[in-house]
Amino acid sequence: MTARALVSRAPLVAFQIALGVALVVKGLVSSGVGTALVTLALFAVWIGGTLLNSWLAARPGASRFKAFAIPLVFGLTLLAMWEIAVRGYGVSTVILPPPSAIAVRFSHSLPILWEDFVQTVIKGALSGFVIGCVAALVTAVVVDRFDFLRRGLLPVGNFVAALPIIGIAPILVMWFGFDWQSKAAVVVVMVFFPMLVNTVEGLHDTSAMQRDLMRTYAAGYWTTLFKLRLPAAMPFIFNGLKIASTLALIGAIVAEFFGSPVRGMGFRISTSVGLLALDLVWAEIVVAAIAGSAFYGAIALLEKAVTFWHPSQRGHGH
Amino acid sequence: MRAVVPVLTVVAVIVAIWYAAAVWLNAPWARDMAARQDRELGAAELVVDTWSQDKPKLPAPHQVVTELWDTTVEKAVTSKRSLVYHAWVTLSATLAGFGLGTALGFALAVGIVYIRVMDMSVMPWVIASQTIPILAIAPMIIVVLNAVGVSGLLPKAVISMYLSFFPVVVGMVKGLRSPSAMQLDQMRTWNATSAQEFVKLRLPSSMPYLFASLKIAMAASLVGAIVGELPTGAVAGLGARLLAGSYYGQTIQIWSALFMAAAVAAAMVGLIGVLQRVTLRRMGLDR
Repeated sequence: MTARALVSRAPLVAFQIALGVALVVKGLVSSGVGTALVTLALFAVWIGGTLLNSWLAARPGASRFKAFAIPLVFGLTLLAMWEIAVRGYGVSTVILPPPSAIAVRFSHSLPILWEDFVQTVIKGALSGFVIGCVAALVTAVVVDRFDFLRRGLLPVGNFVAALPIIGIAPILVMWFGFDWQSKAAVVVVMVFFPMLVNTVEGLHDTSAMQRDLMRTYAAGYWTTLFKLRLPAAMPFIFNGLKIASTLALIGAIVAEFFGSPVRGMGFRISTSVGLLALDLVWAEIVVAAIAGSAFYGAIALLEKAVTFWHPSQRGHGH
Repeated sequence: MRAVVPVLTVVAVIVAIWYAAAVWLNAPWARDMAARQDRELGAAELVVDTWSQDKPKLPAPHQVVTELWDTTVEKAVTSKRSLVYHAWVTLSATLAGFGLGTALGFALAVGIVYIRVMDMSVMPWVIASQTIPILAIAPMIIVVLNAVGVSGLLPKAVISMYLSFFPVVVGMVKGLRSPSAMQLDQMRTWNATSAQEFVKLRLPSSMPYLFASLKIAMAASLVGAIVGELPTGAVAGLGARLLAGSYYGQTIQIWSALFMAAAVAAAMVGLIGVLQRVTLRRMGLDR
């Protein structure tokens, strides 16, 4: 394969090879053979991963397998490069611990991680998420009932949703104390407005024809709400829930920076940074990432279930 | 303009609730002080007192406005007590992070649209990256970058960048893919090169998506800069004002910093909105 063909067929690999050769030569000239070898290994892994993925992507069929395998290969490539770079270049573990050290730390401090998880995610984020979303749903129904409120509250809600709400964390910590209640309060305020704006928008998403049909059935306000408008709003509501799920975790963790009991993920992260125990910090990050992905994934699954359930229900009903 | 009356009504109601809440939340402290001085507080005295405490649980709106006026107009801009100075510190980090994040997001989006392997391998990780609460690891990023010798504006900008690249990637991928198959075919019949196709078709049709994402990115970027200021030991910036206020119970200072942050966010998002209207009108996309 000529260089020209390579560039046109796989611009990414060509770019990687060019960059790799340049950096290896630079390493040879300025820092000796050892560094150059590490750079070489680094780029070998990167190019290998990319080639494997290119091959996987070009294979015909089995798209579900590909959708799973290709991101996995990419992630593993990144992890391998991280490990090689940290060990090869001798980066201090105080600055960046290698993935293997993080994994060891993770498995050794499971009790601490579990305690922090319960404090921050279950007590702080989840309770606040539920309260905030339910409150926003109820408010949205009320706001939707009165057009005056809708026209007044929606611009305000949109404005507030763009503000750095996380800033009220110190105030709420002052009001509700150091324990999880103040974190839940921060989460409630953070998730309320995105949820409200989305739900109100969703409740408006029925066509005049659909509403007229409900009227010909002599359906009252509540029947129309439960049988037509709430179901029709579901895509919007789930959009709001997804935004709220990431906000909830952020709110609960950041609120702990302003004061917390001696447990919780935010507390652990800020104190471990002070103690230079970066492997523990990264272990907490892994927990946060897993919790965040699981939370988001659960909502996505629920959305699928509801969207599936919903048209069938409408088929049976009125 | 139909919205003016309802919006003003809602704002007025919020202010009224706020004053009422200030009385309710600050009353215990006022009663406590009065009891120590052996005197009874009448209803009018109680209200006046709750609206003029030094360190109230909830400062009344006019107290916040007075503090804002004092720290923006009355103080010299260069003074460390000027809120304008702190707002500028935060805004500069926000803008740096926003610029970096937009550039990164744009580059990733172009790569994802044009390179199939990148689409399949990078896109899921871009989405997964946002489930990591970066704000939570902000302190570590600041401390580590400090240890490497990078300090000042850049660490905060890195956090802002991480928060702001995501909306740009998602929006631009959608936007760059928005031309229909027919439009793409048309470009091909004109024998357009892929560079021409990008500049003359894909880029212009992605503009509405770009501006929508830029607004979200700007708001996210400001949050990143504020949180990035928390672990630096409250030196300067709106985040530092928040932290210092919470250490010393200066609630009025916290609220005025919050309002300043809100004003900065509104101004920046509004600026992008104006840019959006001007650009789209010149491109004939304005509806």
